[in-house]
Parts: sequence; C-alpha cells; structure tokens
Amino acid sequence: MTWKIDNNLCLRCGGCVSVCPTAALELRDNVLYDAKLCTLCGVCEKACPVDAIKVTKL
Amino acid sequence: MIDAIIIGAGPAGTACARKLAENGFSVKVFDKRAEIGSPKRCGEGLSEASQQFVGKIPDRCIAQKMKGARLYAPDGRYLDVILTEGGFVLERKVFDKWLAEESVKAGASVQANTFVSGLLKNDLGYYAGVKGEFMGNEFEEKARVVVCATGAESPLRNQALGVFSKVNLVDSCIQYEMTNVDVVSDMIHIYLSSVLAPRGYVWVFPKGEHRANVGLGIIPQDKKPGEYMQMFLKEHPEISKGSILEVNAGCVPVGGMVKDMVTNGFVLCGEAANHVNPIHGGGIKEAVMSGLMAADVIGECLKKNDVSKKALSKYNDVWWEERGNHLKRVEKLRETLEKLSDQDLNDLVDALKPEDIIEFARGAKLSVLAKVLMRKPRLIAAAKHLL
Repeated sequence: MTWKIDNNLCLRCGGCVSVCPTAALELRDNVLYDAKLCTLCGVCEKACPVDAIKVTKL
Repeated sequence: MIDAIIIGAGPAGTACARKLAENGFSVKVFDKRAEIGSPKRCGEGLSEASQQFVGKIPDRCIAQKMKGARLYAPDGRYLDVILTEGGFVLERKVFDKWLAEESVKAGASVQANTFVSGLLKNDLGYYAGVKGEFMGNEFEEKARVVVCATGAESPLRNQALGVFSKVNLVDSCIQYEMTNVDVVSDMIHIYLSSVLAPRGYVWVFPKGEHRANVGLGIIPQDKKPGEYMQMFLKEHPEISKGSILEVNAGCVPVGGMVKDMVTNGFVLCGEAANHVNPIHGGGIKEAVMSGLMAADVIGECLKKNDVSKKALSKYNDVWWEERGNHLKRVEKLRETLEKLSDQDLNDLVDALKPEDIIEFARGAKLSVLAKVLMRKPRLIAAAKHLL
C-alpha cells in the first residue's frame, strides 16, 4: 500500500489537493502527503494532469 | 484584533478585501505564492462586460483584445461569434497584482509568500484567525472572520467545511504558452472534439505578437491531457510549429458548486467554493462576483457583531439567487454536450447561429437552446434532456 509522487514530473498545480476527499495532501514547494489521513482511494492519481502520482493498493 | 483575514490573493480574495476595506473594515490578505499571480493556472480569457464587477482594467493587464470566439466543429468547420462587447486575453501575472494593489489602495493589507498552515478557533468554537509562516517565522493572527479564497487547491476548505472537488467534476488541464503560433489574433479559438478532448475542449487564446495560450481540458482518466495535446498539435502545424515558453497544469472544478459556503466565523468564496462557469471553465468573473457578495454579507455581520453560521448564511442565499441557479443551468448544458459524439458536434456547430450563443451567454433559458438542437434530428435526444 503506497502513495508515490514523481517530483520531476509534478508541475505543482495542486490538482491532486483539490480532489482529495480526506485533506491528506497539501501544496507547498512540493506536494505534502499525510499517510495518516490517506485512504489510498486513488482520485489524485486519476486527476493528475501529468501522471506524476502512483497509488498502489496491494 | 482585525476584522477579517482573507486566505488567497487571487481575484476572489482581493475583490472581497477591496470591498471590505472600502466599507471601513480592517483586512489582511495572505497568499502562499512568492509572487502574486504566478505561476498562472489559467487560459486568461475574460469578457469586457466583466469590468462591471472587476473595475476598469488597465491596459498593462491586457495582452490582446478579442472581438469574439471562433468555435470549431470536429470536421474543421467553424462558426464565428462576434460579440458587441468583446473580451480580453489578460496577463494574469500583471492583472492579479493590479487587483491586489486596488485592495491595498482601498485600505487592505496584502502579504505574499505567507503560508497559512491552520485555522484558529475562539472560545465560542468559531473560526477566528490563522496560523501561518512568513520568511521562516511562524505567527498567529486573530480576526473576527476568516475568508477562504484559496482556490480549489487548499485542504483548508476541506478541514473547515468538508469541501473538495469530486474527481468526475473536474477537468484535468494542461496548457502551453507558446510563441510563433499562427492563428487569427483577435478571436479566441475553441475546438470541440469528443476524441481530442473528451468532455472538455481545446482552447487557443492569442496574446498578441504570435503568442498564445494553447490548452486542453478533459475528464480525468488514465490517459493524460498531455497525450491528447500531442494528438491535437499533430493535426495543427500552424500551432505546433511554435515554441513553448511556459507549461501550466491544473484541475478546474466544472461542477459541484458548494451549497453551504459558511460556518461560524468562516466563509468560502471563488474557486474554493467551486465557483467556475461549468461550460467554459472560466473562473475570474465568478471569483470576483462571489468575493464581492461575500464582502457585503460579512460587512453586515461585522456591524451587527454576529458572524455565526446563521448570520453569514445570507451569503449562501444571495449567491445562489444571483449566480448559482444560473450556473446550475449551465452545468446541465455541459452534461448534455459531453454526451455528444463528434458527428453530433458537427451537427451542433452547423445548427448554431452566432446569436444563439450570445443569447445563451446572456442567460437565456435552456429551452431556447433546446429549440436550436431541435433543428437537427440527431440532436433531438440531447434537446429533450435540456427540457
């Protein structure tokens, strides 16, 4: 069960933050991730305009 | 203690700040970006009529004046919609700073590079200030009311009101600002295609001197907007021959406007409340309008010394009455259009007359548009959905 972001691909647009239902993400210089809040639902991966996020549920 | 803290110095936040300051309230605006207005996340189009709310826009904020819009069907045919009042393609980096300056002239204070990390509550449990960080120093600032004008990208709206953008109601977007692009320069160009831009569209907004914002928004999915952009550029050598000066991305909420935008001591406005026009994804005018409406209600509440959810909820009533119900109809129109195939879209552009679009943009009822669709047998089902 992992949430990963490729900071080389990420454009810091905050799209992932806007769709996160549990406020587990926040955009500062990079996207900050709070594993305690994340449910690995994967909407951030789907919304990301540049394929920078990978959520693995196994 | 000051009267209001506004989080976010975009068009919603600074409009709200300007109006509150004009009415004599003490206001501070915090923005996390090192430079207000940058990086832009926007096609930068705005109608001239929006100046009714925004104020007279100085020339330095305008990259190019527009006569109207050219709407392309998937088969390449197009319809020119010339507006009596035209529009602008802005320089958001200049425009947003100008709006911030206007709020400062009115008496507000604005501070960039200031990250708001959390919200403070008072003894009553009302939101009453923020925790933040500026130049490496943490601070707390108390206020009688907190306005969240962060855009959709902040978790604060979720923390305070449980608000987020549903993934199926955002358009996932990519945009290149390009130079050496050859398109008619005083029209915005809108390309409809269920194949190249499923649910959304491709836009080319000229910025003068062969510069243009070339962007694309789609329903979120595995295949990303960049791939669709490559497909579009391949078919358009007059654009792809250009060079890329800037790459922007973003998720635009094209639906799901927030019903209840207030709680005790706390107000959402602009894109933070998903206030975006659902058909074209434009948010500047909506942001300014909701910022101004919020300021009016907040001002009344501050005067009566009552910033309870109940008192602030007048802003819900005003916004839904003056804007929300109209945008809800526009959302229904988008839902109808997103089901159309390329063949249907060809028929649609063929059936439309420029005056139909102008009439709808002015707020005509969906039944008016349904009559237009009825002109084509293939579109009758879609027309019925609108009625």
